[in-house]
Amino acid sequence: MKISILVNEGPYTHQASDSAYQFTKAALEKGHEVFRVFFYNDGVNNGTRLTVPPQDDRNIQKNWSELAEKHKLDLVVCIAAAQRRGILDEGEAKRHGKGDGAANIAPGFRISGLGQLIEMGIESDRLVVFGD
Amino acid sequence: MTMLHTINKSPFENNALSSALKHAQKGDAILLIEDGVYGALKGTTASGDIWARRVDLRFYVLSADLSARGLAKGQLIEGLNLIDYAGFVDLVTTHKSSQAWL
Repeated sequence: MKISILVNEGPYTHQASDSAYQFTKAALEKGHEVFRVFFYNDGVNNGTRLTVPPQDDRNIQKNWSELAEKHKLDLVVCIAAAQRRGILDEGEAKRHGKGDGAANIAPGFRISGLGQLIEMGIESDRLVVFGD
Repeated sequence: MTMLHTINKSPFENNALSSALKHAQKGDAILLIEDGVYGALKGTTASGDIWARRVDLRFYVLSADLSARGLAKGQLIEGLNLIDYAGFVDLVTTHKSSQAWL
């Protein structure tokens, strides 16, 4: 079955990012297709490569990036929510004059618009929401 | 057209569980995750709400979130089902849609 996931809460806040990750992993292990994971509101903070959690803690961003690489996942960060929170890719960093090296989108994530959320709702058999 | 309702907050924190129970239709599934698992405890002021719907709804508790909080099946309202993340995925695919009561 084609499943999409919406994450509305930031990492290390309550538990939504962890739950969404575990759910996504379990869906893939069961052989389902994960059409897209969309990060909205504070959820966009899952997608910064600059997070450096303590070594004995889970690294939520890295978990997502590794899962994306392994399964060719489409991890999409909402552009408006990302800009408000300082999540930029190369193009956005340049467009807003933030200087070289300001891009901090994590590997496996891409920045796009709300249309991607609407599309995944249409294209997927199921949409599962995680948030606060 | 059955629906899966997910609740991730304790009934002592907000009214997500009671709202879900008021809206859920016969045959729907209620899944308690994260702090929502506190709603599964027996003998609390909130237990009666689940007990009242035990016949026409099915109740599930995510076992990882239960054990993370030091809780065990013996402390839960009778008739609830413990599931893992694979079981969560199955609930999503076997119901027409899912509603997160955030």
